[in-house]
Parts: sequence; C-alpha cells; structure tokens
Amino acid sequence: MLDFPRWKIWLIVSSLVVGVLLSVPTFFPERIYNQLPSFLQAKVNLGLDLSGGSHILLEANPAEVAKQRLENMEEQVRTELRRGDPKIAIGDISRRDGKLAFMVRDPSQVDAAVERIRPLTQGAGLTGQRDFNVEVVDSSTIVLTPTQAGIDTAVNQAMDVAKEVIDRRINEMGTREPTIIRQGSNRIVVQVPGLQDPAELKNLLGQTAKLEFKLVDIGANPAEVAQGRAPVGSEILPYPDNPSGVPVIAVKRQVMVSGEELIDAQQGFDQQNNQPVVNIRFNGAGGRKFGRVTSENVNRPFAIILDGKVLSAPNINEPILGGSAQISGNFTVKTADQLAIALRSGKLPVALTVVEERTVGPDLGADSIRSGIIASAIATAAVLTFMFLSYGRFGLYANLAVVINIFVILGVMALMNATLTLPGIAGFVLTIGTAVDANVLVNERIREERRRGRSVLQSIEFGYKEASRTIFEANVTHAIAGGIMFMLGSGPVKGFAVVLLIGIATSVYTAVVFTRMLVSLWVRRHRPTEIHI
Amino acid sequence: MRLLKLVPDNTNIGFVAMRKWAFALTALLTLAAVAAVGVRGLHMGVDFVGGLMIEARFTEKPSMDKLRGDIDSLGVGNGTLQQFGDPNTVSIRLPLPEEGGEGASNAVVAKVKAELTKSYPGVIFTRYDTVSGKVSGELVQKGVLAVMLAVIGIAIFSWFRYEWQFGVSTFVAIMHDVLMTLGFFAITQLEFDLNIIAAVLTIVGYSINDKMVIDDRIRENMRKYRKMDMKALIDLSVNETLPRTVMTSVTVMLALGALLIFGGHVLRGFTAAMMLGIVVGTYSSVYVSSSLLISLGLTPESAMRKSKVADVAKGAERIGSNEG
Repeated sequence: MLDFPRWKIWLIVSSLVVGVLLSVPTFFPERIYNQLPSFLQAKVNLGLDLSGGSHILLEANPAEVAKQRLENMEEQVRTELRRGDPKIAIGDISRRDGKLAFMVRDPSQVDAAVERIRPLTQGAGLTGQRDFNVEVVDSSTIVLTPTQAGIDTAVNQAMDVAKEVIDRRINEMGTREPTIIRQGSNRIVVQVPGLQDPAELKNLLGQTAKLEFKLVDIGANPAEVAQGRAPVGSEILPYPDNPSGVPVIAVKRQVMVSGEELIDAQQGFDQQNNQPVVNIRFNGAGGRKFGRVTSENVNRPFAIILDGKVLSAPNINEPILGGSAQISGNFTVKTADQLAIALRSGKLPVALTVVEERTVGPDLGADSIRSGIIASAIATAAVLTFMFLSYGRFGLYANLAVVINIFVILGVMALMNATLTLPGIAGFVLTIGTAVDANVLVNERIREERRRGRSVLQSIEFGYKEASRTIFEANVTHAIAGGIMFMLGSGPVKGFAVVLLIGIATSVYTAVVFTRMLVSLWVRRHRPTEIHI
Repeated sequence: MRLLKLVPDNTNIGFVAMRKWAFALTALLTLAAVAAVGVRGLHMGVDFVGGLMIEARFTEKPSMDKLRGDIDSLGVGNGTLQQFGDPNTVSIRLPLPEEGGEGASNAVVAKVKAELTKSYPGVIFTRYDTVSGKVSGELVQKGVLAVMLAVIGIAIFSWFRYEWQFGVSTFVAIMHDVLMTLGFFAITQLEFDLNIIAAVLTIVGYSINDKMVIDDRIRENMRKYRKMDMKALIDLSVNETLPRTVMTSVTVMLALGALLIFGGHVLRGFTAAMMLGIVVGTYSSVYVSSSLLISLGLTPESAMRKSKVADVAKGAERIGSNEG
C-alpha cells in the first residue's frame, strides 16, 4: 500500500495534467481560440441544441433512382439499336414492372441485338457485376432486368452526387460551417449551426433544379390537352401560371437544351417590366444548340421547365445566339435568387424529401447552456459538501478526484472532437453523481474493515483491494448500457452516451487510482494510528 | 469533527423475511404501472408519433383558450397546446400535412408564425421539430431495441460471470424498473420522447450497477461463510452494503435535484424520469433482486462450483484475499 514508486506517481499526475490541459482551449473565447496554433485547436463542439441551428434529415426514394436508370437505359438501347450501325428495327420499349422489354422485328437479328446491348449493361464497379441481366423471351423479345447490385450502386452514386450538390448550395447561401453527412443508404443529414429560419434552406434543398427547355407543341388540340391527352411525340406538363388559365400545356418530348449545359445563373431583372428573373449562360455546345433551335423556331413559343413544371413559355422573337438566356416566371427577388443558386450548383440526381427537422433558436440554446452550467455547478457543490461531511479527509480526496474528473472528461471530449449536447450536460451532471460511487464503495469498505478490528493500514489496503473488484464489475455493466446507447442511439441519445462512456472510464481512473495515491502518500507521511472515516 | 452517517453501523434489517410482502407489493405496483400504460397510454412526443412541434415564448403568459382558438382558426389541423417550462412558453403540436412535402409543412409553420406574431407582438419561436411518420417509426423501433438489448446484454453478462440465478434476478428487477418508469410517464402524462429513452437506459445502467455491488458482496460472503444459511447470508450482505447503497443514491439524487430545479425546462422530463428510476432501482436492488435469489434456489454449493472455475481463471488473486 505504502509502496508507491516515484515513476507511478509521475505517471498518474502527468496523465491527469494532460487531461486537464486538453480541456483548457474549450474555455477560451472564440477570438483567442482562433489565434492558437493549430495543434492546440481541439475543443468540445456544441451541439445544435446548445448553439442553436437546424438539423435536417433528407431522404431519397430508391425507387425513383431505379426509375431514372430505366429511362436512361431505354434511351441508350434506342440509340444503340435504332441509330447505330447496322440498324436493328425494334418495337416499342415497355417499362412495365421495372424491366425493359421490346421485340426485335427481324428474329434473325436477336442475337446481334443482345450482343450490342451487353456492353451497355456492364456495371461501372470493378466487381464485374452487371447492372442489368439480358434475357431473350419467346425467341424475339429481349428483356432487361435491373440487378439489385446495379440499383444499389446507382443509389450510392446518386447520393454522393446529391451530397456534393447540397454542399455547394449551402455554401452559395453563405451559411457558415454546415455539416453534411450521408446516413444509411439513402439519407443525408444536414446540420447548419446558427440558422434561425430553416424554411429557406428547406426550399433550396427540396428543389431538384432539373432545368429543361422544350418547344411548345402549338399543333396540339387545346381541348385534348386540357383532358391530358398529348399528340405523339409530345407530353402534357403542368403549367400553374399559364396566362390562358388552363393549368397544363403540351410540349415536345425532345429536349432543346438542359440545365447540364449551364455555366452560370444569376438573379436579375427583366429590362422591360422590371420583374425578377434568372439570367443564365450556356456553355459552348449548349449555346450553339440553343442558337440553332431558336433560329429554326422564330415566332414560336418554347417552355422553360423546372422539375417537371413549366415556369413560363415565352415566344422566340428572334434567334438567341449569344449563349445567354433569361428565365422568366412568377418570381420574387428571393425565389429568383434561390433558383439561381440551385441552378449554379447543379441539379440533384434524385429528389430529396425532408423526413426530419429540428431547429433550435439561439435564445433557447443560450438559455440551455446557462442553466446547464448553473445546474452542474450546484450539483458539484452539493455532492462535494456531502462527501466532505460524510468522509472527512477521505471525502476531500474524493472531491479532488471529482473536480479533476470534470476537466478530464472535457479534455477527452475535446481530443475526440466530440459534441456536447443538452442531454450530454445531463450525462455530465449524472457522472458527477456517480463518480463518487467508487469512492463511496472504497470508503465504506474501509469503515467496515476498521469495525472488524483491522489496523488502519490494513483497512485502507483491504478497502481499496476489495472495492476495486466491485467497482470494475459494476462499471462494466454500466458501460454495456452506455455502449448500446451509443451504437443505437440517434441525436440526443448519442450525445448523452458519449459523455456517459467517457465519464465511466475517467471516473474509475480518478476515483480509484488517483485517490489511492493521495491516501497512500498521506499515510506514508503521517503514519496515522486512527482515521476518521 | 463528527462525520455524517446516514445509516448506522451494523444494521441488521431482515429484508429476506419481508420478501413475500415485498414481492406482492412489487407485483401489484408493476401491474398497476402496466395497466396505466395500457389504459392512459403514453403521451408520445413528435419523435415517436411524427408531427410538427413549434415552441413559442411569449412576452407574458398567454391565455391558452385564446391561443387555441387562434390556431384552430388557421385550419392547419387539430393543435395540442402545452405549457412548457416557464409560464410564458408554450409548445404547439400539429399534425403533419398529409401531402405536399416540405413545402406544405413550411407553409404550416409560416402560417402559425405569422398569426402569432400578429396577435402577440414580441413572441419568439425557440424551437421547431418536424418528424415524418417514417422516421418516428424507426425511432420507436430503435429505442425499444436499445432498451431490450441493454437489459438482455447485462443479464447475460451477470449470468456468465456468476450463477444463472443472478442473471434471472437482475433481469426481473430491471424489467420492474423499466415498467415502473413507463407507468410513471403514463400517470403523469409527461411527454415521452427520445431523451426519455436515454433516461430509461441510464436507469437500467444505474440499477445494474447497484445490483452488481450487492451481488458481488453476496458472492464474497458465500465464500467466506460456507456454512451460513442462505437467508441470513443475503440479509448480511444487503445490510453490509446498505450504507453504500444509500450514500450513492443520495449523491446521485443531489446532482439530479440540481438538474431538475436549475437545468432548464427542456431537460425536466428527462431528469424526473431519472430521479424516479434511481428510487425504483434502489428499491429493487434491496427488495427484489437479492431476495429473489432465494426463491430461485441459490445455494452456497452452486456458487462454489462456479467460483472454482472462475478462480482458476482469475489466478491466485482472489484466493489470496480469502483469508479473513
């Protein structure tokens, strides 16, 4: 017991000093913190519930990705067979049941067609997995069935792109330090600290921003269009702001030019009526295409289509050759600006919906921090007083351990760049309460051994030895609960579990190892014959 | 200086003799808790049922009836109002609009904000939560799974470490704690949200900790007093650890008390759950899990067999401490 070699003392003291020092940068005001050398810049981050801000969980529908892939595949097959060389004549391509199926008109060409389609179905991955299985049914019908692996890869890629697009959009908004993380296979978490009103952000993220220009089918019969029937080669799209009052319009299926060929988009004003508009600029190829189509269709209207809805259908007064164009619609300055941002940052490969949103105003966050600090201070004071009254000198040692423990927990959290949330503060306060448990166990055991008539020295030695085993087992089970919370918990539960787990580890160390050192140093110096405990 | 002692030295309370009464009372209370959950149900937060929650802080205490009228007049669905924390703060719960995606829920929030700002100048909106039905379903699943895994995991741990009787008695006692906590929420109709799951898991962790300490002492005494009657032995162990049980509960309650009073309104339900859990957990350590060991037929012999294996595995350390 008394044998506490000097190196051990050094090890214990220096480990605790390091732990406490790690917590120091957290207490610096932001201005000073930012001037610290980078290796000192490790601090505990505040969760959104404390700093204020928005947490938004976005979800993509994998079925939609699958559907898009099918459409792309259909286009590729059509191009390859109908336009490739030699031409292979096929019937209509059906997209029923998530499969592509079509007839080859000349049965002798079936094998050749399969041969030509195969390369298209090779997955991008290195696994050699095909994206589609190609089969011949009834000797003349070719069926392409998407494989699950292919769909998974496509969803994964779409989500990666979506994450980048979101990142660009939020940066364009000028919001500081957003956190954007992919979660699971088809979700993205966006956290923006300090954001008070997430409506704007949600609108921005909710826009797929798929922009297309198509010619209006002026030959379509208005009565049929109103009933939703389109002529061959055209489609009916919703047009909420149609001046004619009919909320739909018939447009040609073929895309004149699309948003992919944009290089810039800015909010501006129409020179004639001063309405907010979005000015866009095409890249070289896009500009040439737009120029060609507009020269061929002077005095006919074209439709500006965003996410499947027609914004406006202006008339082509003259060929538009400069590679720039103007998107008019029923905009306010703000919505025009949002659309410009969305267009600049590219279209989302898949529509995202908000499935969860949590916003905490900065006032509530500040309140929570304040009350959290007050509660922690009062809890600490109450526990310290109580421990001192109950165990005297031994209580003081335990108290020193508790106070050091508080800073070490913060230090470890800073080192791990962990986030402190409101439930985390609760975990903190709880840890203060349970941290003394180890010392209570030791001290009660020492009392007991004294009552049984052991000498002071033996009682202390036995107290620590017997109690250490109990403390270890009790904390293992406690850590099991904490670990499960950490793995399965989301948001607040996780924040709580982090503090609890760190607290369990550090409190056992400070309460058992550190106080034991203090007690043994004291005993060695004073050789007490009686102890008050 | 005279030191504070909450429990006198050498208590000798006959806990085991009371076990029949304690079991009956415990069973009754647990049934009552389950019935309360069944009849009244839990007041689920938006986390678990989905929906939209707006928390507003007014400059003075608003009239709830007027506020309810104002919100009902917006035609955004049936609102539920609840005073939250201080008298000026009200949480407004609304169903999520069934279609229209985020645009629609944004519109609801905007409508409520506009109306309240007009009728109650100076109001600020401190929090919004929107949780879709899909996500809330997953949160329920995960929460239930987490609690079940924790309880089972810990019971298995104590079964491997000790005899099976310890595993079973711990499992029963923990289930009792969890059910009592749920009953508390059913009776008080405090909001049951994600934070409460964390509280329940903490109660599980704490309660286990408490039982481990007593179980550990029982095993120690089983090795020490091989001839002692099991009832007397358990009584002795519970009495010996009683000062620690009470001390630790008190320190934790002191800390939680500070959190309840000063920790702000967001954490209030969480803290209340935890305080109740500490009381229930301490009770079940003393009256349920230890006494149950006897009913499960734990004998010193069964402990000897397992401890031999454990001791060999652990080396001589334990045998060395066996001498007194």
